[in-house]
Formats: sequence, structure tokens, C-alpha cells
Amino acid sequence: MSSVAVANKKGFGATLWDYLTTVDHKKLGVMYLLAGTLFFAIAGLEALFMRIQLMFPNNDFVSAGTFNELLTMHGTTMLFLAATPLLFGFMNAVVPLQIGARDVAFPFLNSLGFWLFFLGAIFLHLSFFLGGAPDAGWTSYASLSLYSPGHGIDFYVLGLQISGAGTLISGINFIVTIITMRAPGMTFMRMPLFTWTTLITSALILFAFPPLTVALFFMLVDRMFGANFFDHINGGNTIIWEHLFWIFGHPEVYILVLPAFGLFSEIIPVFARKRLFGYSSMVFATILIGFLGFMVWAHHMFTTGLGPTANAIFAVSTMAIAVPTGMKVFNWILTIWGGSIKVTVPMLYALGFIPSFVAGGVTGVMQATAPLDYQLHDSYFIVAHFHYVIVGGIVLAIFGSMHFYWPIMFNRALNETLGKWTFWFFFIGFHLTFFIQHFLGLMGMPRRVFTYQADQGWDLFNFISSIGAIMMAIGVLILVFNIIISAKSKPLNCRDYWGDGRSLEWALKTPVPFYNFKQTPLVRGYDPYWLEKHEGNEEGMTYAEPLGDIHMPNNSVLPLVMSIGLFVAAFGALYHPDGVAWSIPVIIIGLAITVGAMIVRSLKDDLGFHVHVEEIVATEEQLYGKGGNK
Amino acid sequence: MGHDTQVQAKTKAQFEYERHHNAVHMRKQVINFAIMIFLTFLAFAVVVADFSAYFIKPFILLLAAVQVVLQLYSFMHMDDKKGHHIGVIQTFVWFGAVIAFTFFLTFLTIIWW
Amino acid sequence: MEETKFTPQTWPDKPEQATPEAKNKFVGIWIFICSDITLFASVFATYLSLKDKGPAGMEFSAAELFELPLAFVMTMLLLTSSLTSVYAMYHMKNYNFKGVQIWMTITVLLGLGFLALEIYEFYHYVHIGFGYTQSAFSSAFFTLVGTHGLHVVVGLVWIVCLIVRNAKRGLNLYNAPKYYAASIFWHFIDVVWVFIFTVVYLMGVLG
Ligand code: HEM
Ligand SMILES: [Cu+2]
Repeated sequence: MSSVAVANKKGFGATLWDYLTTVDHKKLGVMYLLAGTLFFAIAGLEALFMRIQLMFPNNDFVSAGTFNELLTMHGTTMLFLAATPLLFGFMNAVVPLQIGARDVAFPFLNSLGFWLFFLGAIFLHLSFFLGGAPDAGWTSYASLSLYSPGHGIDFYVLGLQISGAGTLISGINFIVTIITMRAPGMTFMRMPLFTWTTLITSALILFAFPPLTVALFFMLVDRMFGANFFDHINGGNTIIWEHLFWIFGHPEVYILVLPAFGLFSEIIPVFARKRLFGYSSMVFATILIGFLGFMVWAHHMFTTGLGPTANAIFAVSTMAIAVPTGMKVFNWILTIWGGSIKVTVPMLYALGFIPSFVAGGVTGVMQATAPLDYQLHDSYFIVAHFHYVIVGGIVLAIFGSMHFYWPIMFNRALNETLGKWTFWFFFIGFHLTFFIQHFLGLMGMPRRVFTYQADQGWDLFNFISSIGAIMMAIGVLILVFNIIISAKSKPLNCRDYWGDGRSLEWALKTPVPFYNFKQTPLVRGYDPYWLEKHEGNEEGMTYAEPLGDIHMPNNSVLPLVMSIGLFVAAFGALYHPDGVAWSIPVIIIGLAITVGAMIVRSLKDDLGFHVHVEEIVATEEQLYGKGGNK
Repeated sequence: MGHDTQVQAKTKAQFEYERHHNAVHMRKQVINFAIMIFLTFLAFAVVVADFSAYFIKPFILLLAAVQVVLQLYSFMHMDDKKGHHIGVIQTFVWFGAVIAFTFFLTFLTIIWW
Repeated sequence: MEETKFTPQTWPDKPEQATPEAKNKFVGIWIFICSDITLFASVFATYLSLKDKGPAGMEFSAAELFELPLAFVMTMLLLTSSLTSVYAMYHMKNYNFKGVQIWMTITVLLGLGFLALEIYEFYHYVHIGFGYTQSAFSSAFFTLVGTHGLHVVVGLVWIVCLIVRNAKRGLNLYNAPKYYAASIFWHFIDVVWVFIFTVVYLMGVLG
């Protein structure tokens, strides 16, 4: 069942079944990447439609209602269903290799996390075909969303509930993996920074997603089952939604940006050909950002009337986050400083990232000044701020890492020339789109409006902004083209594609066999692969054990079944307020499927299987020719 | 994953030592349980006895905190230095507790109407 | 390895952490519990800010509604069930499978008793008109105590599954960590209840 040789010869049906049931972190990484790209494309189109609508004053390309749906789905999809899975894709593909593990701690849960995310995302997107998408913004403030007619908000609540559960499960899996599965010698203070940021990000997920779950549950029962959490007539309070949402929401932005920091911390030393400057301060800054990230949420609520004391406290704690973030920026610059720099596509993204992200951080500190925020809040200035940090930080990291890690993930390389075209189109387009929005905001243009009157001085700036968006789209199209031709290109079959890899993942020859390491490596220091290379070790790593049988987990279809159960139950809940007779039975059937699968899982022994030495030798020979991975 | 654990027979002395150790440990747990029951009694008693609310509220919150720490460190073995990565686990638990505390603080102070 | 038949002499000192998978489970259940901390904190904080809030002229209030004797009995049941699961773990360390099964069964019975009282309490409230949709207070109360109750149900189903599936297999290093994880989860349910009986019931009665 296990050998790659067999896998290659499988028919379509068998391959599909393999992906539906896989628990291999590398395959799940690819699946996250594909699903994330799909939703990135959808949300990107929504953004384009919005920018076309706003290109001219009094435009009527879309109606006001459609615009609200577009803006809600754009934000929700980009954050929950595009950025998160794309980063999870890299985490899955790279982190186990970086720490010298054969798999993650809970392969079954890893697969469950993916399927919950994916089916939740599909559920949310079905809203377009079933009576209208959610339209109360990605923040879905209760005062607005509680009374939104139709089922849009219900789709939002249930879809995010399901996919959020998946994210939480994946987060738990990553935490345990990084704590317990590190190879011998891989101490905490030798972990690569991407592993560190994955750990801290997962910790943020761990603590931040339950409040979201609770908030969504309140909204669910308020809208569908007659509860009164947010309904002031019956004693409820909509501010509770805002608190719970931002208790989750602010950590969420760091959940996304920390892995991006980690990815750049991997890219920069490789192409500066210099050890990462200030490793321990980087680790410290990551932890501090994670901690402070939980203490600042009310900066999104300065104008709701928390009172001057609360505003002052949250303003100061918000500004404090700029300190560890600044530490990181200086460390990146000092890593590049004096290095012998190779400007490849990933490095280009890193170089573009630093100034763009700093600009976003500076506007963040401006907004953290509570009195000034009374002016800036809910204006285009906010839109400019968060796109500078999100696009300038996270999206650049994702694109850069696609180029960087493509050789490991797919055993193919992306084209450098096309990559540079993508970068310049995207980068210039990005600044064109969003830089000017700062000024639109300062001139008083509110965010989330579907159109505006002419001759207020906004016309030209909006037009320029839309042109930038089109340039970004062209950049993305070139990237897609690049990916397609790479699929047709020759396999690389090499190790250390960039020539200057430092951490353990580069020590492996591609394609990486399903068990990753035929022998568990012994980590003798920070940047283990670089260390071994410099000591002239041809094999790229020192081994901690002799060649022996390898224990691997079994595939399982149960994660998919469990997720389908919740997907079905969600439909029952969704139509419950309509008073249809089948709603409660459908909920029960769905939950029964899920619980049934869980009971099957707990009653059946799942001991995994052993790959025997002969099989390992055969696989290695088949992948790399005689002599195996040498 | 899944490397076989050595199956090792304990010496008689070791076996008896461990048996004894487990029994002593269990006795300690029963004492902890008695303390918890006592704390619970106390909490209900001060409420029933109708002391001033200004005394009762902080007092029973303190009792609850003590009882929770007892549960965590004795019944749930968070004090077990040989527990796998117990230091990391402690960090996570207390970090969660700090965050939880901020929720209470803000929900009790800056939610009003 | 899992098929190895153990004797009390060969049974490892820490069966719940003897294999790599067991270590993962051990860390995993704790990390999961950490996420439950902020889950309960969110529901709890919401309850506190919605306590006694309802439509104008609502006649229900925590001070009138809650009955201490019932809360006291429920507390005792749950607390005792915490001790009985400690006994089960004690027998697990000594490789006494029968002891494990018996004490776990007692734990389940105590848990069922707790659940029965909780259902009775809820039924009573609904009966006097304090239903889930009556007010913000009622929604928050039922959600908080009900979330805890749901954890009790999950814990019970989990433990029953363990008792049933392992009845014929006996103790081994594959299922020992599962028992251990279930018992940690069960203790955590008790931890949450300590806050609930203190803050919801005792402080509720104070007004
Ligand atoms: C130095 C760091 C940062 C500071 C001081 C900061 C500060 C702020 C403040 C005060 C607001 C609220 C403005 C308002 O609505 O009136 C805000 C909004 C926002 N920030 Fe930041 N921020 C920082 C970094 C980041 C990062 C790294 C991200 C994402 C990766 C991010 C994403 C967002 C988003 C998405 C919003 C808008 C949410 C919405 O209303 O829809 N920020 N920021
Ligand atoms: Cu924020």
C-alpha cells in the first residue's frame, strides 16, 4: 500500500481515494495549498468587482446589496479561507521536515482539520447559490447582522463554525507536533524560525478560536433558535459580540502574520548567505508578540464608548506591540547587511516586504492613538493600513515562499523570469492600490461604501486605486501561468535547490519519500544542514539511529465522513428558522454521522503499519537510483 | 513514532518500592480530596450563614482558586516533574488562565448600557 | 509492541507516557484543555455581563432562582467522581485492570447522577417559565451550565466507550494513555464546575 512506485502507477480513482483518505502531512500541505489558491482566486475576483464599481463616482456596475455581499465575502474568504490555508499548506509541508519528524503528532486530526476547513468553506460559498451571501462585513457586528434578512449571515455563522473547528484542530496538532516530535538534538533554541512562528501561531489559534466559536454560537442561537444574547429588548447586548469577535480578531491578524515573519526569516538568511541575525531576540520577539496580541483587542473599539481609561490602556498596549515587531525588522535588515546577497524571486519578495510592512506598522501605531482614531476609524485609512500589513506582509510571504519551497513540495521549480514579472506587477499594483487609500481616508471617504458622489476630490484617487488592483490581478495571472508550466517541466530530483539551504528540510533529496527520513537525523546545532555541509558531510545529516523498520500511520476516510456529517447538520440548522419540518431530523442525522464516525474511530484499534528495511531500500533506489539518498 | 518500548521486569525490591510509593501517593490524594470537600463546605457555609457579601465574595473566590490549584496540581498531576514536557504544559495552562482573567476583567468593567 | 502481555512486574512505571504515541496523547489532551479554558472563559464572562438582564419587568433573578441544596449535592457528586477516577488511575499504575474498570464505572455512575440532577434543574426552570429564550439572562445561564453539561456528556460517552471496548482486551500500552487522557478531561470538568458553583450559584444567591 505504501510504496511510491505503486502510488505513481495508480489510476485516477485510486489517486483520488488516496487524497481523500490521506494522513500524510506533505499531501495535506498540497491540498491546503490548492484549496487556499482556489479561495484566493474567488476572493480576488470579488475584490476586482468592488474596485471596478468604485473606479468611477456614481457607478452602477453592481448594486448596493451585491456590493455588501462582495465586501463581506472578500474579507471573510481572504482571512479564513485563503490566507490561513495557504500558510497551513507551508506549515504542513515544511515544519515536520524542519524538525526531523516522519509525520505530525496526530495525522488523523491533521486530515480532519483539513476536511472541516474545506467543507466549511464550501458551505459558506454555497450561500451565493442559495439566496444570497452574508452582507454584514467580515466583522459581522451583531447590531447589523442580527437583523440581516435571508440566510446569508446563517451561512457565515455555520460555515465559519465548521471551518474554525478545523483550524483549531490543526493548531492543536501543530503545537503537539513541535513540542514532542523534534528529532534528537533539536532543542527549542535550535528550531528554525518558521517552526517557532508556527508554534506561537498555533498557540494563538488555540486561545483565540474558542472565543470566536462562542461568539458564532451566540449568533447562531440568537438568529436560529430564539436566544437573546445580542437582542437589547430582551436584555442582550451587542457589544458582547464586538468584544468576543475582536478578542479573536486581533490575535487572528497575528496568527496570519507570524508565519509570514517565519517564512521571511527562512528566506532572508539563505539568500543573504549569512546566519540569521539575532536568533534569540527573534524568538523572544515572536513570543512577546503572541502574548501582547491578546491584550490589545479593544483598539478596534475605541469609538464604541469604552471610556477614556480603557481607551488609554488599550492604546498603550497596542503601541507596545510595535517594539518586538521593530526588533524583528532590525534583525532582518542586519541579516541582509553585509551579506553576499543573491536577488532571486523569493529574496525579491523579502526585500519588498520589509518597507511595505513597516509602512503598515506605522499607520497601525497612528491608529493606536485613540483620539486620532476617532478621525481615522471606519475610513479608507483603515483599509490602507490593514492591506499594507496583510498584502505587504502575508501575501508577499506566501508568493515568495511558493517560489522558495516549490522544489521541496513538488520537485519542480517555478520560473524565475516569470516570477520577477509577477513580483513587479503585483508589488507596484499593490502600492498603487493602497498607498493612495491613506489619503482617501484622510479626506474623509468612509470604508464599506458602494459608491460616492463626484467632485469631492476622490475621483482620481479611486481611479488610480482601481488601476493598481488590475495590475495586481495581472501579476497573479502570470503566477498561475508560471505554476501551470512548472507542472509540465522536468522533475528536479536534487537536494538543496537554492544551493544555500541552512535548515533540515534542504538536506532531503526531492521527491521526499512518504516517511521523510529513512533514519532520524541527529541535530548538532542551529542551521543543521549548513553545519553538516561545512563539515563536508556528503549525506547532509548525521543520523541518530541505524536503518530500521519505520512505523507509519494508516490512511482513513473517517475525517471526511465526520466533516460531511457536520456539513449536513449545518443545513438543518440553517433552515430551522423557516419552520421546515425536516430541519431537526437533518440536524440529528448529520450529528449522528459525525458522532458515529467518532465512535467507530474510538472502538477500532488503529496501530498503523511498519515499513520494513527492504521496502525502504527499494523505495530509495526507485526514487534516487542505486545507493539511495546519498 | 512507535518504536518498541523495552519490556523490562522490575526487581522485587523495585517492584515493592513502587507499589508502596503508589499507595502513599494515593493516600495523599485522599487527603487532598478531604481538603477539597472541606473547602466546598466552607464556601456553602459562609453563604448560608449570611455573612456580609463584601466578605463572602472575595472569600469564596479565594476558596475556588485554592481548590482549582489543588485539582490541577494533585489530581491532574501538573506537579509531576517527570511528566512529559510538563513545563511547557504549565506555561500553556497559566497563559490561558491569564487570558481568561482579562476576559472577566473587561466584561465586568467596560460592558455597560 | 501493543500485543505484548504485561505482568505487574513488567508494567512500566508511567504507562500513560511509555510510548511516543502516549506522550503525544498526554501533551495533546492538555493542549486541548487549554483551548477549553478560553472557551469557558468567554461563555462565563458573557454570563456575568448578562446576569439578571432581561425584558423590562422580568421577575426572574439569580437570587430568587437558584437553590443551594441542589447545587451542593451536584457539587459533591462531581467532586467525588473526580476522586474515583484518581482511584482508577492508581489501579492502572499497579496493572490492576479490574480495579480500573470498577472505579471508572463508579465514576460514570456518579457522573450520571450529576447529569440527572442537572436535567431535573433545567426542567424545573423551563417549567416555571424560565426557558432558553425567555431573556438574555436565561440564554446565558443555560448556555454556560449547558456547555459544562455537554462536556459531562462527552466525558461519559468517552469513558463508557473505553470501558466497553477494552473489557475483553485488558490493559496495554495502547489503551492506558486513553484512560489517562479521559481522566484528565474528567478532572477538568470538575475544575470548571468549581467556578460554576462558586460564581453562578453561590454568588448568584447573594444577588
Ligand atoms: C504595529 C502593529 C500594529 C498596530 C499598532 C495596529 C493597530 C491597529 C488599530 C488601532 C486598528 C483599528 C483601527 C480602526 O478600526 O479604527 C487596526 C485595524 C486593523 N489591523 Fe492593525 N495594527 C498593527 C499590525 C497589524 C497587522 C500585523 C495586521 C495583520 C496581519 C493588522 C491587521 C489589521 C486589520 C485587518 C484591521 C482592520 C480590521 C477591521 O476593522 O476590519 N494590523 N490596526
Ligand atoms: Cu488589531
